[in-house]
Amino acid sequence: MANYSSNEFKPGLRVLVDNEPCIMIDIEFVKPGKGQAFSRVKLRSIRTQRVWERTFKSGESLESADIVDRDMEYLYSDDEFWYFMATDGSFEQLGASREALGDTIKWLKEQVVYIVTLYNDAVVSVSAPNFVELEVLETDPGLKGDTAQGGTKPATLTTGAVVRVPLFIIEGEKLKIDTRSGEYISRA
Amino acid sequence: MSTWLPSAPRSALVARQQLYRHIREYFHARSVLEVETPLLSQAPVADPNIIPIQAGQRWLHTSPEYAMKRLLCAGYGDIYQICKVFREGEAGKRHNPEFTMLEWYRVGWTHRQLMDEVAELLQLLLAARFSELPCLHLTYAQALQQYAQLDVHHCSDDAIAQRGQQLANADLELDRDGWLDVIMSHQVEPALPHNALVFIDQFPASQAALAKLANNEQGVLIAQRFEVFFNGMELANGYQELTNAEQQLQRFQHELQGTERPHDAHLIAALEHGLPDCAGVALGLDRVLLHLLDAQNIAQVLSFDWQRA
Repeated sequence: MANYSSNEFKPGLRVLVDNEPCIMIDIEFVKPGKGQAFSRVKLRSIRTQRVWERTFKSGESLESADIVDRDMEYLYSDDEFWYFMATDGSFEQLGASREALGDTIKWLKEQVVYIVTLYNDAVVSVSAPNFVELEVLETDPGLKGDTAQGGTKPATLTTGAVVRVPLFIIEGEKLKIDTRSGEYISRA
Repeated sequence: MSTWLPSAPRSALVARQQLYRHIREYFHARSVLEVETPLLSQAPVADPNIIPIQAGQRWLHTSPEYAMKRLLCAGYGDIYQICKVFREGEAGKRHNPEFTMLEWYRVGWTHRQLMDEVAELLQLLLAARFSELPCLHLTYAQALQQYAQLDVHHCSDDAIAQRGQQLANADLELDRDGWLDVIMSHQVEPALPHNALVFIDQFPASQAALAKLANNEQGVLIAQRFEVFFNGMELANGYQELTNAEQQLQRFQHELQGTERPHDAHLIAALEHGLPDCAGVALGLDRVLLHLLDAQNIAQVLSFDWQRA
């Protein structure tokens, strides 16, 4: 496994920090004039998506992490694993655990392509595309006359996600949702 | 992106030309002599945290300090220099391993007098963007008290290490001064007031480098050393210069411990001959330009940054 010295740190680098696979987001080189040099690194943990900061001494090195992102289409679940198929023509299938799926389970829909992140060939996380189209399973009927006020109400989608929608939305409608904010964008 | 292209726009090079002209006019009007000293020396500058670059049997200077002091010892009077200096591995948004320094010395001056001159010159150089630039003076202890709630002269090593570890989110296995560097760079510098020239002086005696030591009003031994910060960034470092050859040799031996680097025998010989009482300061000119042009990255003020050099 390759090692990266602090002077090779750069955004996008995939490394192991305390045995946690991480991606570097930002690096700041700091050095008080006559003092020691440090690299302040912003990292994202692959497993938890948590963003955190850590300082390294100049000359410290980190082991590279074998992290790979793949475009994969969601197929089905057997309630233990959620299966995805590679869209690169290999038709390779991989199962993601509930833990690896994380919050993305709220935006999971068959035939949609997700980014599946592998660490040492095992699925550690799944990221949804920025926008998905999902159907409303359940919502209160809209109150007439309130539409001009721009009021909202909760709606439960087929995936179980609950989003705020305009009052005119009815059950069975397809909606476009921003998965980053979890917000309703428009009717699909 | 084509890497043959310059990293700075032409306007930044024009600003650099103006900056140098203003500096030369300023020192010309005050009869300070512009000098050039060798970039390649037989011995590097001894500084535990600055790594020199070796070129063949010689060393690229990390600052022109030693040669300029030899000129002072030879009785050449007030001098200044604008030159490139070289420091291994210092690359980032605010650092380039090859950068431009203005260094000057005033014979018979105290570092306090020199601080006033630094303020005057910086106010002049930055006037195009900052018409009113107030000065703020803090001691190192006051800065740590105010922005990190630490009583630096009385705080235990453990307390300092603990704070440093919290800020670094790691145990970097540093000594007291190393952890103080973490606290200074992670907590104090970013919190310093903006749009003012912030002078910090009375550094811990252990961080004296080439400054004289003295007792302050509270009877604490401190280094007569100052740094200038502007909008959270260090711009300059100055000293009441150490004139004692014996003490200088001791600091050399301490700083070069465990390295293969030779100490500068010329400087020791010159100090034995006698360095007049003087104050000196080094100012990073690329960072002055950075502020003048409101640039975010040092590359924007360099014709070709480290990646394109």
